[in-house]
Order: sequence, then structure tokens, then C-alpha cells
Amino acid sequence: MSGIPHDHYEPKSNGEKWLHRRLPIVELLYNTLMIPTPKNLNWMWIWGIVLAFALVLQIVTGVILAMHYVPNVDLAFASIEQIMRNVNSGWAIRYIHMNGASLFFIAVYAHIFRGLYYGSYKAPREVTWIIGMLIYLVMMATAFMGYVLPWGQMSFWGATVITGLFGAIPFVGDVIQTWLLGGPSVDNATLNRFLSLHFLLPFVIVGLVIVHIWAFHTTGNSNPTGVEVRRTSRKEADADTLPFWPYFVIKDLFALAVVLVGFFAVVGFMPNFLGHPDNYIEANPLITPAEIVPEWYFLPFYAILRAFDGEVWVVIWANWLTGGIVDAKFFGVLAMFGSIVVLALVPWLDTSSVRSGRYRSSFKWWFWLLGFDFMVLMWSGARPIEGIYPYIALIATTYWFAYFLVILPLLGIFEKPLPMPETIEDDFNAHYGKPDADGQTAASPAE
Amino acid sequence: MSHAEDDPSTRRDFLYYATGGVGAVAVGAAVWPLVNQMNPSADVVAASKLRVEVDGIEVGTQLTVLFLGKPVFIRRRTQIEIDDSEAVALEDLVDRDAQNPNLPDGAEATNLNRTMANFAGENTGEWLVMIGVCTHLGCVPLNEAGDYTVDGVGAWYCPCHGSHYDTAGRIRRGPAPENLWIPVAQFVDESTIVLG
Repeated sequence: MSGIPHDHYEPKSNGEKWLHRRLPIVELLYNTLMIPTPKNLNWMWIWGIVLAFALVLQIVTGVILAMHYVPNVDLAFASIEQIMRNVNSGWAIRYIHMNGASLFFIAVYAHIFRGLYYGSYKAPREVTWIIGMLIYLVMMATAFMGYVLPWGQMSFWGATVITGLFGAIPFVGDVIQTWLLGGPSVDNATLNRFLSLHFLLPFVIVGLVIVHIWAFHTTGNSNPTGVEVRRTSRKEADADTLPFWPYFVIKDLFALAVVLVGFFAVVGFMPNFLGHPDNYIEANPLITPAEIVPEWYFLPFYAILRAFDGEVWVVIWANWLTGGIVDAKFFGVLAMFGSIVVLALVPWLDTSSVRSGRYRSSFKWWFWLLGFDFMVLMWSGARPIEGIYPYIALIATTYWFAYFLVILPLLGIFEKPLPMPETIEDDFNAHYGKPDADGQTAASPAE
Repeated sequence: MSHAEDDPSTRRDFLYYATGGVGAVAVGAAVWPLVNQMNPSADVVAASKLRVEVDGIEVGTQLTVLFLGKPVFIRRRTQIEIDDSEAVALEDLVDRDAQNPNLPDGAEATNLNRTMANFAGENTGEWLVMIGVCTHLGCVPLNEAGDYTVDGVGAWYCPCHGSHYDTAGRIRRGPAPENLWIPVAQFVDESTIVLG
């Protein structure tokens, strides 16, 4: 795979040869694990392992929780307390699963923003990027449905608001919403199907992750310089890369250990910090909580959803242009989904031929502003819609779309890139020291 | 298929299309029950009527009942609220549709088109019965709150995304696109409303 010259698997023992003729699975594992990996990968390339770990963690703890959870509107809330109080280690498993979702999203946002900064989405890695975006969408659907299961107030009202998004679709919205809920409102039918799908979708993610890895193993990893690995000779390829095992596996596991220290500190000492206290009040269809706040990882998109009311000129304009079909509500829904669509289309919106933000003098500033913008959206998504907050959300939303639809296309035309290293080897030597006479990299503290 | 150019509509072509067509119908027929099972089940559809005793409701108060999983507001309005909503010009409304299925389609959102007649058939504007679900994203609006109360009396406010409804439940400000919906309802005797 990846077209980078490297060692190939040769079955040695008779047993291996026997199996290899029938199913070359050891070769597949060998090639996957020994893939030549650019040796200049920095610490932002560890999030893939964290994500893989989080996925397995959520599946294992989730399957266990499903052994004790009861998907019924009268029993769901009580069954969560049963898990917390009576099931052996139930409290630990539930708190890990709850906070595991946050770990998953922290890692995925770091992973996505790393891709945005280093241009990992650019040719020939567009398919890897698109599959990644699909994984992100399925993750959001899974997390949303999981949050409904404890049947607290935030579960219920979050489900009401989010399924209400589908009701905003012109003409067919009501029919779709009723179909999704299985009734006129969020009720037992909704809870049951959400459990079923919450159990199913992580396995869909597993499938997509395999395709995601397959895609970037076909093109080879990106790296902080954006310079491709030389494939012209074995010697040059070896100068640019190291095998994934053991070099990157050990590095990634070390990073994972550090991340998990933080994770288990949260699980152990402040397990409810990222949750909302209202979700410990059982769902009540007659009382809306004072503020419906989604989980923190949805806040940026929630802010975009709420940013548009009937007084924003683009909404008035869209309403007039479509003869009233697109109203403020539907516009907000379109903007929210659109904010993810522009993210998915970034391989074709970014016109610069330089991959890495390291060598793009003005792109850097716009990128960091986007990161800040994401934080502002997250913050404003948790504020009430009063006073100055809607304007802040609207400005931040505008920048989000401007970055993808205006700034990235124009930067590629007007920006003058900085000088880039010729090869990954040059970049590596500049950072970590030159190889000695044997062609081996000299030992240095960075190793 | 290389000979197909000579005669584009051969018997074999017909068999391909016919088989493909029958296959598509069969797949559709097999998938439909898998999709349709998610629609409301028979017991959910059956629970579609509710009788409510309303003689206990004082003027200036609201009874909230749960109907089809959603709250229904039954408010017995004061003369102050009736006068207030009567005074609103249609031009000032965001949504000029009465949103009242008990009236012909397209009825305007005037004060009395929002309220219901009592058992004697007189619509004095006293009985305002609405589905208590914000038309934005489905939260339950709070009564006697928001910018359109008359000195704290009447009107609704949705705390989720800040939609303000007036004393007749009509949307005046905020992201909600429509007036609060009115359910199918009528008085069946002096003191009983049937919803649905």
C-alpha cells in the first residue's frame, strides 16, 4: 500500500504459508502495521489513536450499560440510578461512558483542526477527509441519541428541539418529524428507537474508520511540511519515513497515556462537570427547562442554528427570493447543516497548492482566527438569546462561512507562500539533527 | 449485447427491463414495512380525543392538559387581554394566519378567530385554547411572560430561543415563524371541551 517502497511480508513457517495461500490476512496486518510513516510527524498526529481508543472504550462500556438499562419512559430514568447505585462498578462504567463522549469530541476537534491547519484534506487525500466528515456526522447522531437515553429534562427537551429541526423542512417536515418520533411528540417509541440506533451506529463508525484508514494508507500519511514522501527509490523513502510499528505506535501510546491521565482525573474527581444538572431531573413534557443547552460539543453548531431570526437581512432576502418557503426557522437549520457542508467541501474550496499552514504567511492568521471563532461560537451557544449575545453569534457565524467560502478561495490566489523544505528528510534534520556517517540519525533528546 | 445495435428493442432487452422493474417493485414492497414501522403505532393513533372539564377555570387563569404528548393551554382570558389583542392591527403581525383548524383555511389572525365559541355558540374572546408548543423548535412557552403581557397579565414567552407571543398567542417577535397552533376543539356541553 501507499506506493512507498518498503519491506514486504514473506510467509516463513509452513503454517504461515498454508494460511497465506488461503487467506492473506497476516500480510494485510503486516502491511497495515509496518506502513512507512513520515518521520517528521508532530504531536498533533496522535489524535487518531486517541479516537480509536475512545471508540473502543465507548463500545465496551456501552454494551455493558445496555445490559442494565431499560428503554421505557417510566423506567429509563430509574434504571440509570440503578446502574449508579446498585450495579457493581456501574457508577464507574457510566461515568466513563458519559465523559468518554467528551473525550471523543475533544479528540475529533483536535484531529479536524490539525487537518485544516496542515492541509491534510488536499489532493490526493480528499476521500480520507470526506470519510472523516461522515464519521463526524455519525458521531454526532450517536452522541445526540445517547444523551436522550437517561430520560432527564435535557434529554427530553434536547430531543424535542433537535427533531424539531426536521419539522422545519418545507412541505414534508411534519411527516418526517412524526416518522422520526413515532408519534406526535417525543415519547416511548422515540426512546426505544434511539436506543436501537445508539447501539447500531458505533459499529457503522467502526466500518467507516476502517475505510478511513484504508484511504490514507493508500495515499500515505500527510505530515507537517505537506511535502510528499519520496517514492523514487527505497533509499530515499527510508530517509523520509519510519515504519509505524514500533516507532509511531510507542509514541502514540505515550500520548494516549498522557491524555488518559487528564481523562480519568475528570472521571474520578469531576464526572458531572461537563454535563447539565437538569438532566438529573426526570423528563417532564409539561415543563421546559429555563434554558435548553446541548452538550458542549454541539454548542458551536447550536449557536449557528440560533443566530438567525426574521430580522437578519439574509433571512429576509432568502424569504423573499423563495416566496416565503425559507423562513427564519428553516434558514437556521440550513445554516447549521451548511456549516458542516462547507467544512466537508474544504478540499475544493481551498485553492492554494501549498498544503501546510506552516508555509502560508497570511493563512496562519485566518486559521487561528477560525479556531478562536469556533470557541466564540461554543461560548455563545450556551448564552441566552438576549442583549448582545445574538449579535456575537451572528458575527461568529459570518466568519465561519466567510473563512470557507471567501477567504480560503481568495488566499490561494493572492498569498505568496514561504520557502519550503525540499524533502521530509531536510525538515527532520533541521528539527532533530543530521544523520552521522552511517546514514543513521544521530541520537538526540527528541528521540 | 453486441447485436443490440441492429435491433435496439430485442426480446432480451425487454426481459432485462421487465426483470429489473419487477425487482425494483419487490425491493420497494419489502422495504416499505421496514420504513413504515417507524410511523405512529395504532395505540398512539387511537389516543386522539380528550374531554376536559373547564368550569373550574377562573377568569385570568390557564389550565394545561397533556394531549397527544403535548401540552394544551386552555386560558380563560380577562377583558383586559381581549381588548389588548383586539387592538392589534393585522399589519403588525408576523403571521397573519389564524392557525385555527376549526375555521376555513386562510382565516386571518384576528382576536376572535383565535378564540372559541362557548356551548351557546357565542364567541366572546374569553376561551383561548392553544397547543402549548412553540412553533420554533417545540418548547413549552411560559404564560404571563415576555414583552407582550398587559402589566403582567396574559401573553406567552418561549424561554428556549426567545419567542414572544401576545395575549392571543400570536407570534410577535423572535425566531418562531407561526402563531401558536389551535387544536381541533369544541364545547360539547356548558362546561366540557373535547379536544381532537
